[in-house]
Amino acid sequence: MNQPRPEVALGKDLVGLEGLSRETITGILDTAEPFKEISERAIKKVPVLRGKTIVNLFFEPSTRTRISFEFAEKRLGADTVNISSSGSSVMKGETLVDTARNLEAMRIDMVVIRHASSGAARFLADRIPSNVINGGDGQHEHPTQALLDMLTLRDRLGRIEGLKVCIVGDIVHSRVARSNIFGLRALGAEVAVCGPRSLIPYGIEELGVETFYHIEDAIEWADALNILRLQLERMQTGFIPSLREYNRVFGVTRARLEKAPRDTVILHPGPMNRGVEIDSAVADGPQSVILPQVTNGVAVRMAVLYLLAGGVFGGAEAAKQESA
Amino acid sequence: MSIPGTTTLLLDEPGVERTLVRLAGEILNGGVSSDLMLVGIHRRGAELATRLADLISEGAGSEIPTGSLDITLYRDDFDQIGPRPVIGQTEIPGNITGLRVVVVDDVLYTGRTVRAALNELADFGRPRRIELCVLVDRGGRELPIQADHVGVAVEVADGERVEVRVPELDGELSVMLVTSAENE
Repeated sequence: MNQPRPEVALGKDLVGLEGLSRETITGILDTAEPFKEISERAIKKVPVLRGKTIVNLFFEPSTRTRISFEFAEKRLGADTVNISSSGSSVMKGETLVDTARNLEAMRIDMVVIRHASSGAARFLADRIPSNVINGGDGQHEHPTQALLDMLTLRDRLGRIEGLKVCIVGDIVHSRVARSNIFGLRALGAEVAVCGPRSLIPYGIEELGVETFYHIEDAIEWADALNILRLQLERMQTGFIPSLREYNRVFGVTRARLEKAPRDTVILHPGPMNRGVEIDSAVADGPQSVILPQVTNGVAVRMAVLYLLAGGVFGGAEAAKQESA
Repeated sequence: MSIPGTTTLLLDEPGVERTLVRLAGEILNGGVSSDLMLVGIHRRGAELATRLADLISEGAGSEIPTGSLDITLYRDDFDQIGPRPVIGQTEIPGNITGLRVVVVDDVLYTGRTVRAALNELADFGRPRRIELCVLVDRGGRELPIQADHVGVAVEVADGERVEVRVPELDGELSVMLVTSAENE
């Protein structure tokens, strides 16, 4: 019964899925499983992070991700503080590092950061002793989103290995696409991207993905479509002629989905532009797992917080033996 | 005591089975009605609870609801002992408020696991009564906790470990006394 204990596979921070092994990613997903049940309890709270202070540092607007992290933190018993760029000293010109150092001076334990600049999470993680979790940085990564996407896919289809997953839409601006590509590839899925040429980055095939320029071809090929939000706020410079045309050419509609050779699973990280990248009939249809994604988001974030705080996965009963 | 690095058999399979039958009888004598629930502590306690529930169900002629509890997230030493085991599933079948709940574990030692289990149960509701049933009480308590139903009580030194083996996890049903080699 003296199984060797595995190394703590998550280090101090979770900045991205790039470079994480299959074992590490599977370990996070497996750790998320028992956390699902806590959110179904009458008292949705366990004391494992009691006394830890977590700062949610959101320099970009976010509703779903911030609330999901906050629920995860609170259900583990941590104390949380939310800081958004409007109405804080960030508006007065304070640098990221100064903001973080001031928070450190108030003795915090973890930071969840969302920032418009790619690399902001890594930058911060290298400069403060607290655990740092990337809640989305520029066009770089959004690791917890990809983890919850993979957990939801695994729930629905029973596995990730060998699945064909196509990410549809605005790939060039998407940190969700990058994190999904790294994570899915590590777990042995086949990954493709689909969108207009102006929204597919040059050299994407170096990440080991296929490319489709017609949504019909993607639907024909894929077991699951992860439909990204058309980021209207990043569309000032004419990447697409118009939203109507985008919907006509790339929108995932019921008529298109009915031609699929299988029951294609539909994911969307939200918030949705109904009638642009996805039609309501698809978003609310039986193949959609968009709301289970949101539920799983809390469990995945609980798992990441737990693991960074010192938990480890894959071990056996060793710890219990010590103090049964 | 025993020689370092050795494993001594405390109870063989018929021995464990006899003990479980006696424990089931004890729990039955406490009065079985519709309000009894067994809750095993993950993982060997949960396996033992399933066995006990089968025995009690036979005697009582009705199905005894059985749950399992993983206490990892309620431990009092999360910051101190580093790597934590994988968390198991907690499954409490229905509302425990007003019930007689019997918590089942394999070995009772410091009492800290039981303390954690009591705290976790309190987050699920308010049972009428909670009892503790263990297969082995090895002494060495660090908290004021005792069991209501004890299979066997053995005095075990600090460097030794009592190991309960169940078929589902270990391929056999037995209780072993293990003396670690490095503890000479």
